[in-house]
Amino acid sequence: MISFEHITKWLQAWLNAHMSPILVLAVETVLIVILAIALFAVLGLVLVIMERRVAAFMQIRMGPNRVGPWGLLQSTADTVKLIMKESIVPTHADKFLFNLAPFIVMIAAMLILAPVNFAQRFHIWDLNIGILFITSISSISVIGILMGGWASSNKYSLLGAMRSGAQIVSYELSAGLSILTIIVLCGSLKVSDIIASQETGWWIFKGHIPAIVAFVIYLIAVTAETNRAPFDLAEAESELTAGFHSEYSGMRFALFFLAEYINIFIVCAVGATLFLGGWMPFHIGHMQGFNHVMDYIPSSIWFFGKTFFLIFVIMWFRWTFPRLRIDQLLNLEWKYLLPISMVNLLVMTVVAIYHLHF
Amino acid sequence: MYIVDYIKEVASAVKSLATGMKLTGYYFTHPKEIITQEYPDNRATLKMADRFKGEVIMPHDENNEHACTGCTSCELACPNGSIKVITKFEVNAEGKKKKAVDQHIYHLDMCTMCNLCVEACPTNAIVMANTFEHSVPDRNMLIKRLNNNGSKIREGVE
Repeated sequence: MISFEHITKWLQAWLNAHMSPILVLAVETVLIVILAIALFAVLGLVLVIMERRVAAFMQIRMGPNRVGPWGLLQSTADTVKLIMKESIVPTHADKFLFNLAPFIVMIAAMLILAPVNFAQRFHIWDLNIGILFITSISSISVIGILMGGWASSNKYSLLGAMRSGAQIVSYELSAGLSILTIIVLCGSLKVSDIIASQETGWWIFKGHIPAIVAFVIYLIAVTAETNRAPFDLAEAESELTAGFHSEYSGMRFALFFLAEYINIFIVCAVGATLFLGGWMPFHIGHMQGFNHVMDYIPSSIWFFGKTFFLIFVIMWFRWTFPRLRIDQLLNLEWKYLLPISMVNLLVMTVVAIYHLHF
Repeated sequence: MYIVDYIKEVASAVKSLATGMKLTGYYFTHPKEIITQEYPDNRATLKMADRFKGEVIMPHDENNEHACTGCTSCELACPNGSIKVITKFEVNAEGKKKKAVDQHIYHLDMCTMCNLCVEACPTNAIVMANTFEHSVPDRNMLIKRLNNNGSKIREGVE
């Protein structure tokens, strides 16, 4: 059976046989860059069309269904339109920061990709502080958002950026605490170790109620962190036109838009890794027969299946719930999510110390 | 106790959110519920609601007769002057002069479909049709004459 692991091993061996070690490294770097950009482009196209179709079905509509089979080429057509559009810079904008902001957001999104395990032994850089790396890099994107909002010299953009800053900074706390809950259980920040610790069952099943509570809090917090409805105050259409990216058009707008969807993919990938076992197939304890059957499904399918399931859940949130007010948003974080996740972390620590989990 | 209220609040919030998600989840898994119609494709079978107000028409029967007496009630009832009734005097068989409609001019471009003219008409000569494809290349084509050429008032309508 061909897997990503075989392909990378074969490629590594082939390159080593034909080139010097430095050249091998260079070629592999270029390949990874191309693969990452290709993944971004494909994900952007797929997620946009998925979002629009899911939204349509939830609102008893049909959604885009004219371009290509079942409307699948709609997002491609939209992208072509965006590429051809003029990218306008406002006269009073801070031109340097205005041009820099979308790239900072994109670079932050790209960096988070490094420690994610896409399939069995298929990752860019499995560093030993993978989860810490992800949580710290994901805070950088707020700089890009603030930068874009400030440089546009537009009231709406600035208000949107400020709201976004307040929101991301406060919701990172409970997202971090719910991630910690799982780190306490498996005792490692390395992504491959976290996945390996779920060989006898995913943490959401093994970790009793605290794991489920942490999972729910994680989902809520990352929905807020990616600025999506019901926490989309940063770009509340009815109040701030488009929030921090009001003044952006053409390809710069597309970069912000793409970064939003990439961030959703990444937080869902991290959520799938922590709670649903990443690429680990569905295993029940030590039932050899059942586990063996599950192993026949390739690990990449498990990973992308779980990730897209979480993305679907977040889209489900978006098209069901009304937007929160800014005071409700901060109330939810500081009065509910943070205390609950702290108590939850305490309970989980007790569970982990006394080995009460399965 | 405060903590009990707190937990109750969280539980009721989760319950109400779950109720909402159940409904949208039901719609997502039941494409039969979709109410949007693919309009240009289903033109042949499209059935508009009877109460849909698309434009004012004056029905004529097979003898090219209508029920309009030329009383100009509709013109008076129209809030923005979309109707202009031009009347004439006809001499009937007994040699009496009688008011009749010459041209019933209707401005579809100004009409707001408020239905007041239809309600004002004492003889039900004009009704609302449920047509909706009113796109024309020239604005003047929206100014319509509702009574047909050579049409007469129906016998017995006063």
